[in-house]
Amino acid sequence: MSTFQIILVFLWSSIVGCGSVLDEWQTHRPLIACSVMGLILGDPIKGVVLGGTLELIALGWMNVGAAQSPDSALASTISTILVIVGHQSITKGIAIALPVAAAGQVLTVLARTFTVVFQHASDKEVEKANFRAIEWLHFSALIVQAFRVSIPTTLVAVFVSPVMVQNALNSLPEVVTGGLAVAGGFIVTVGYAMILNMMYVKYLMPFFYLGFVLSGYLKLSLLAFGAVGLILALIYVQLDPQFSKDKVQSSSAGTASDTELSEDELED
Amino acid sequence: MEENKKIKNQLTKKDIFQTFIFSNFQQASFNYERIHALAFCVDMIPTIKRVYKKKEDQITALKRHNTFFNVTPAFCGPVIGLTSALEQAKSQGEDIDISTINSLKVGLMGPLCGVGDPVMWGTLRPILAALGATLALQGSWLGPVIFFLVFNIVRLGIKWYGLKLGLSEGMSLVQELSGNFLKKLTEGATVLGLFIMGVLVNKWTTINVPLVVSKTTFNGKTTITTVQNILDQLCPGLLSLGLTLLMMYLLKKRVSPILLIFILFGVGILGYAIGILK
Repeated sequence: MSTFQIILVFLWSSIVGCGSVLDEWQTHRPLIACSVMGLILGDPIKGVVLGGTLELIALGWMNVGAAQSPDSALASTISTILVIVGHQSITKGIAIALPVAAAGQVLTVLARTFTVVFQHASDKEVEKANFRAIEWLHFSALIVQAFRVSIPTTLVAVFVSPVMVQNALNSLPEVVTGGLAVAGGFIVTVGYAMILNMMYVKYLMPFFYLGFVLSGYLKLSLLAFGAVGLILALIYVQLDPQFSKDKVQSSSAGTASDTELSEDELED
Repeated sequence: MEENKKIKNQLTKKDIFQTFIFSNFQQASFNYERIHALAFCVDMIPTIKRVYKKKEDQITALKRHNTFFNVTPAFCGPVIGLTSALEQAKSQGEDIDISTINSLKVGLMGPLCGVGDPVMWGTLRPILAALGATLALQGSWLGPVIFFLVFNIVRLGIKWYGLKLGLSEGMSLVQELSGNFLKKLTEGATVLGLFIMGVLVNKWTTINVPLVVSKTTFNGKTTITTVQNILDQLCPGLLSLGLTLLMMYLLKKRVSPILLIFILFGVGILGYAIGILK
């Protein structure tokens, strides 16, 4: 790997690290993180394919509230390097990515605990109305998150040689790699289950089963299924008695909570 | 307090734009103690600088916003806008209690998370990511590009429009948000999200049990029936569905996702070794 590539690896993994905490631009998702990493390492096609593969596995990995999920950021950057530099198969990439995702999760928890320091420092600056310092503390906390991903990734890029990767992965017995490939097919269910639990509304679950049955028998593209789902959603909202009929009743039910709210304010 | 009285906007275009930029870094100082507290404080800086000229006023305003806050990042706009509008009204001598500002802020967190999480993480992202991944698996760069562009255009739109809505509507926003609109959006997103999850569970989970149940030879042709053949005849994807439901149950029982992933890894290796999974 050239020095220039190593600098790019460092910069990109820093952006991925920031993305993993911000959750805005989605640079920490495998689909983007692996693809750009592959581009830097000179194998954009392999990067994209690995990104797509890991994206499906990580589809439901999300941080809701303060709960932490496995870390897609570190898993993406390191697995792409090892797969491309070590000339490994996509399947082996999955085998690398999952343990790294677990390690990344531990690092995330540490980083987000450490940033409490920035929060406390800001209390002191608030007392002085020092705007610049408050802003600086807020934005500089990102450096912790950038380093969380870029330091381990760059270390791997610098110190791991293709021979090392090949020796380590070739020494894995066939049972393990074959088993990992098999497991890769159904590990996705953990991510699906995370999304389903977050969205779980008992009376809407028939829509989940409808999607399941239809996709078992209909050979439609995902885009087509998306359109069907969107139409179903629109029709359902239009027909839902909660919203449609008895406009008077529903609006009075709606304002009941409003008045509660404003009553609270008045009491305050 | 007259709720419908329009507050005179004191923010310049530059102030609003700066608030918008800040709101794109909502989780920069994410910490387990107060989550987005420092972020919200920073979001308020352009407003505080503009409307409070006395140092004591600035300090008390900063203090009350450096407190616990947590909303799905894409949906933080309305709260930031509304809080800014309230601070502006207060600085203009309107009779607004500090506790009113705080209770509105806290009161909006629940409903906005309630709509933000299913819309962003349950519907928009999984659908676009799954779509992008299908293209990516064929080696196409359109996959990541489409995912990145569409997701971010929608996200920036929600953020900008939400902020403007909070600023312009002020108190009437609370009525608007607690009305039917958010409920409709949440319900619609949930229907779409659940439907697509059902599709994905079947389409993209691969479990194959090649265990032979019977072997019959008829007219010199040997027909092998495996467990998988029987299950597929009942309904394609039954095992995937069962496994997903089991994972949902275990996650609800607070088993950590990463532990489940490693257990499934173990199951894969074991199943492959004995020959019941392929």
